[in-house]
Amino acid sequence: MDLEKLQQKLMAAAKATPPSDQVPYAFEKRIMARLTAPLTVDVWAVWGRWLWRAVAPCMSVMAALGVWVLATTQPAEPESQNLEQAIENTLLSSDDVAGE
Amino acid sequence: MEPSDTELIAAVRKGDVQQFETLITRYQPRVFATARRYARREDEIQDIVQEVFIKAFQKLDSFRAEAPFEHWLMRMAVRTCYDFLRSHQRNRETTLTDLSDPEVDWLERFAAGPEDNSKNTDAARALVERVMAQLSPEARLVITLLEIEDRSVKEIAQLTGWSVPLVKVRAFRARAQMKKILETLTREKYL
Repeated sequence: MDLEKLQQKLMAAAKATPPSDQVPYAFEKRIMARLTAPLTVDVWAVWGRWLWRAVAPCMSVMAALGVWVLATTQPAEPESQNLEQAIENTLLSSDDVAGE
Repeated sequence: MEPSDTELIAAVRKGDVQQFETLITRYQPRVFATARRYARREDEIQDIVQEVFIKAFQKLDSFRAEAPFEHWLMRMAVRTCYDFLRSHQRNRETTLTDLSDPEVDWLERFAAGPEDNSKNTDAARALVERVMAQLSPEARLVITLLEIEDRSVKEIAQLTGWSVPLVKVRAFRARAQMKKILETLTREKYL
């Protein structure tokens, strides 16, 4: 089948019958009613919208604080550099208490 | 004598909102005809037209009268229709497999004699609608403006807000997409 010709035929059919420009009765009144209607504010909708908007800033503040805390906190130094000595002290401390 | 568009717009800008109704009455047939090219259901068409006029009212301050109001409004209408196509991309109601009897007859007559196919334009229109519904939103918009409304690339660029090279690229892709859909349509019926 000649697709080029088919496309031409279909396009010609579409051109031959443009869509209707009929307007429903008093449609302009409906739009004007929408435009002039007093603005009613849905408080919960506004609250929800602002809550969603606050998610990204809150997350970024939380991430920034986390990074800041990690960067500024020094890792705790062990009381004794010598692990062997520390173990011995711990084990012998019970003997010292018993000896007393 | 009827007030001009410029006078009506000036009045609306000064706060006489009711004057906008005359503008709506004047241009709604054109906006309805445009919306009917992209939407099928009457409630969807009415929603599009309503959105166009509400946007026009809200953005009236940005209208600088460099071009006629009608051009400005039609740009808004085309862009609203494009947004509609994009938002309804996933809800396509038609397929290529469930052709009606008149559509099948039309295709069979075309296959038998491509030159003699003037009868039953309703079936041809239904086929066009079916094929258009399968196109991507960009392709459908470009094909409608370029092939059906016979607009120039420059006009399409102004209406859509796309650059001229982009319109050309999209027109090329749209034609290829359409050819592919027609191939599928005829293959399913005649192989």
